[in-house]
Amino acid sequence: MLVAPLMVLLGQSSAGAVDTLCLPGPDKACIAGTLRTEDGVLPDVTITVTDEAGTAQEAVTSDTGKWSVQVDKEGTYTVALDKTTLPKDLDVAKSEITVQAKFGATLPALFDVRTSSYDASTSKVDELVQSGVNGLRLGLLLALASVGLSLIYGTTGLSNFAHAEQVTLGGVLGYLFVNSWGLNLWIGGVLVVLACAFTGYFQDRVLWQPLRRRGLGLTQMIIVTIGLSLSLQYVFQYFLGAGTVRVVQDNPSVRTFGSVTITNQSLVAMAISIVVLAAVGFALLRTRIGRATRAVSDNPALASASGIDTDKVIRLVWTVAMGLAGLSGILYALVVNGIKWDSGLQILLLLFAAVTLGGLGTAFGALLGALVIGLVVEVSPVVGMPGDFKYATALLILILLLLVRPQGLLGKPQRVG
Amino acid sequence: MSEHTITTNDMADPAARTALVATLDATPGASKPDPILVVDKIVRQFGGMTAVDVGHLEVQRGIITALIGPNGAGKTTFFNLITGFDKPTSAKQGAHWSFDGRKLDKTSASSVAQAGMVRTFQLTKALSRMTVIENMMLGAQNQAGENLFKSMFHGVWRAQEREIEAKADELLDRFKLLEKKHDYAGSLSGGQRKLLEMARALMSDPKMIMLDEPMAGVNPALTQSLLGHIQTLRDEGMTVLFVEHDMHVVRHISDWVAVMAEGRLVAEGAADTVMSNPAVIDAYLGAHHDTDLGDDALLSDDALEEIEAEVAAEEAERQAEEQAEGLR
Amino acid sequence: MDTIQGILNGMMRETLSPQTAAVAIAVIGLNIHLGFTGLLNFGQAGFMLLGAYGMAISVWHGLPFAVGILFGLGAALIFALVLGVPTLKLRGDYLAIVTISAAEILRYVGRSSLLSDFTGAAQGIPGSQYRTPFTSLSLFGSGSFTLWPFNYLDVAGGAAWVRILGWIVLVALVVGLVYVLRGKAGLAGGAKVGAAVVLGVLAVLLVFFLFPVPNQSTGVNGWWVRFVAWTLVALCTFLVFLLVRSPWGRLLRGVREDEDAIRSLGKNVFSIKMQALIIGGLFGAIGGMIYVLPASTQPDSMGRSLTFFCYTALLIGGAATIFGPVLGSLIFFGCRIGIKYTASAYIPDSVMNAQQTEQFSYIVVGVALMLIVIFRPQGILGNKRELRFDV
Repeated sequence: MLVAPLMVLLGQSSAGAVDTLCLPGPDKACIAGTLRTEDGVLPDVTITVTDEAGTAQEAVTSDTGKWSVQVDKEGTYTVALDKTTLPKDLDVAKSEITVQAKFGATLPALFDVRTSSYDASTSKVDELVQSGVNGLRLGLLLALASVGLSLIYGTTGLSNFAHAEQVTLGGVLGYLFVNSWGLNLWIGGVLVVLACAFTGYFQDRVLWQPLRRRGLGLTQMIIVTIGLSLSLQYVFQYFLGAGTVRVVQDNPSVRTFGSVTITNQSLVAMAISIVVLAAVGFALLRTRIGRATRAVSDNPALASASGIDTDKVIRLVWTVAMGLAGLSGILYALVVNGIKWDSGLQILLLLFAAVTLGGLGTAFGALLGALVIGLVVEVSPVVGMPGDFKYATALLILILLLLVRPQGLLGKPQRVG
Repeated sequence: MSEHTITTNDMADPAARTALVATLDATPGASKPDPILVVDKIVRQFGGMTAVDVGHLEVQRGIITALIGPNGAGKTTFFNLITGFDKPTSAKQGAHWSFDGRKLDKTSASSVAQAGMVRTFQLTKALSRMTVIENMMLGAQNQAGENLFKSMFHGVWRAQEREIEAKADELLDRFKLLEKKHDYAGSLSGGQRKLLEMARALMSDPKMIMLDEPMAGVNPALTQSLLGHIQTLRDEGMTVLFVEHDMHVVRHISDWVAVMAEGRLVAEGAADTVMSNPAVIDAYLGAHHDTDLGDDALLSDDALEEIEAEVAAEEAERQAEEQAEGLR
Repeated sequence: MDTIQGILNGMMRETLSPQTAAVAIAVIGLNIHLGFTGLLNFGQAGFMLLGAYGMAISVWHGLPFAVGILFGLGAALIFALVLGVPTLKLRGDYLAIVTISAAEILRYVGRSSLLSDFTGAAQGIPGSQYRTPFTSLSLFGSGSFTLWPFNYLDVAGGAAWVRILGWIVLVALVVGLVYVLRGKAGLAGGAKVGAAVVLGVLAVLLVFFLFPVPNQSTGVNGWWVRFVAWTLVALCTFLVFLLVRSPWGRLLRGVREDEDAIRSLGKNVFSIKMQALIIGGLFGAIGGMIYVLPASTQPDSMGRSLTFFCYTALLIGGAATIFGPVLGSLIFFGCRIGIKYTASAYIPDSVMNAQQTEQFSYIVVGVALMLIVIFRPQGILGNKRELRFDV
């Protein structure tokens, strides 16, 4: 969902997210959709649905941008959007589309709404540049989370399936602090990172360290993380419901550099990501504790034998990793303008793909992997991949890479015996 | 241990062995009259470091050959390479090795074992959550019941299963593990696990058995019995190649010794003469040339301490495991 | 009293439902992967989805039902090969990441509007498009009946004391059964088996006496699909029993314990793991077909969550046991619905509304999964020493 270039998203039927106004029956079909740009939903836009015989029905989008029409004949329908009812700065690439209605189903109708600065004759190059920037932005956000995931994997061998929920937690706490409590965004953001870092410390203290001490196997630990991930998801849904919540209410302002359009929030988010990632990289390479972390990652037994307190290192890794995931979460919520109970779940596999692509357990590999995955996700639709395959493309690339180079881009081949 | 001898071969006679060994050329890579294993140009690099670089090595059939060398000499890596558990870096640059006349260059670990060359591991790989007898029965080759489609029909594999079990019982009896038959392998002591692993390897009737540090972590009482078993295997006609760093063991039972250092084969010779080879002393002691490797006092303390430390570590590990289990 | 009866009736309906049976079959397959071979397959829902699509798409497009089933199984077989070839030679966690990714790719592809004509996109394929050939095979005819016809409503009009007495006797029977099975009753051989069978049959009859289930005989979601589903569960369980007691099963457990050791004994580990992946995947596909027969084939209903529910069910019952998957699935679905109904019956709406009881039940599932793995990794039926499962 991340940076669909101002797109209308329809039929996103993840767990009751769509409050369908029309119910299809055995002799009824629905044509429905939600009109949305990157900035938010579009209310009060008129949509006309015409059947083959020329009978027209009209619908107006609701406050949530939703519209639906019930039809009682199967066949081809033309769905047209009335451009004059669109807000002034917006335009639609194709204002008429056709839909095949089938009884018992709700058919989605997609409209590609863009800001009017969008020129229909945009060159492929400009599109590539724009999606490249979007990809870089996604990549940086993924990198924040995946570096932590990779460090945890490196130091403890654990694939943490609950990592994505920590990303969601960052966004959700952002919503709580900034939107509900009305804190300043910067103060709220710092608090979110601190709170998330604390959850990391706390988790390792009460859960992971005791489990390591008991000698619980890695497979079992992975399943514990799955249990944690399930419960956290539903805790979020319990309190937030199935809808999207926003950290800040006002619409972000947009900047244009040549052919690239980007929101101020995105710019700031990217800058913060770069600074934080650079700091983490510096810490890993140059500080004592960073070197200790890499030593534990390389060979825990040897590191322990040479006097490194592995438990302390792992505790720190959990704390930092969760702090980074929280930061990634609040930035993600700001950049895509909202967070949902399953936002993290949506990017979990991208995180794993990033970590595996870079080489399991290598922090810099995860950074590289995240950038690659971010770019693939955003650029693949421009170079001809159907839009709904963009995540699939990223995962497919991961699988193909494993065939050729199983240790990942920066990983070392492993020894046997 | 001779009471266990079932079949005899020429090499069971110590005089015949001495005579054979005396005819062998004591230079690294020397050719043997009847080699069972021949290795050529095998190189393995990890990153920039060369772990193994052996130009030529032949292993004589029917005797016990020891592969010795200081830590990090590449002995285990060499073992992994020739048993198919690792691939040589020199795979396309003339690396060749053959076993009993059969080329093994591109064969997988399982086919190497099927060819009759079975190995054990330095860190014992007993299948802890299976019983001793299940461990043993896994060692048998060509089991009809291991075929997915035949496995569903009890009648197809029942008779073979009984035969295998009888054979396993016999081996367990010989290795003094019969009363542990239905225990989980994980409940055995370190030494017993080594015995089990060796017995399991024998289930496949190998032509050559490769033992990776068979004495490591075994308490001194069991060491004697293990040594006896190894000699018996030779007397029955099996070729034995083993990695070891304990000089006592090497001198006590091996007929021929190959020495590795820094990945290379530096010396070969009969067990009692190779120790005085300057290349070997160099490899083990670096600049301290004046020390005689044959000096038992020098080595035994280290070796003993090492064994004790390993035994203690293993004991602690087992206790921790038991405690963890008690918590459940 | 009636509230409790209502909740328990609901649990009974849920445990008997074809969906529970479908998941049980998928869990039996997962047990071959995780329990016996130690393969971390996080894509079992993908296998289910393929089985379901194979059947639904074929029948929808006019192919015979049997061909549809073959297509479903064939798709799962190919999926297993595609997943296994790159990963089975690598460390276990690669298989985990690749299976979960591949299952998600399948789901994304299924959702894609490009393939609406085949998959019906996110809306899926309505059950009415592919169910007919299955229901037309029904042996049960039309109408409806209750299982078991003689039930508590017939005795004193279903008075509270009848039910309470019934529950007490039921608990006594179950306790007795456990007592006999654990060998504490001093019975052996035939006497033990006989006593266990008698107690078991009495307990089951009593369950149906206390919680009668009325349903259509055939219909969309009637006794016919339940009968087929649970028969398949029994057949699959028996097949797994045959497989794992054989030398092949021993080989699987050997691979679970230590691949390198098995390799050193001259066994082709890759081939064994591939066989296990395929067999377990085929069970998944069969489960998927059953799963969609009374419902529609919707990609989102067979996503990661379903895989994770399979793991929970397997671990509740006990990995690497024969009956663990079935028992685990029954308990998982029964208890989840029980928690939901209990919460909605006894917690006021101001504290927890109807939507939230659903989420609450899943929160409990997640926490339960964690607690089982930490405190009782062998599950209910597992052997404590053997089943500290780990890959």
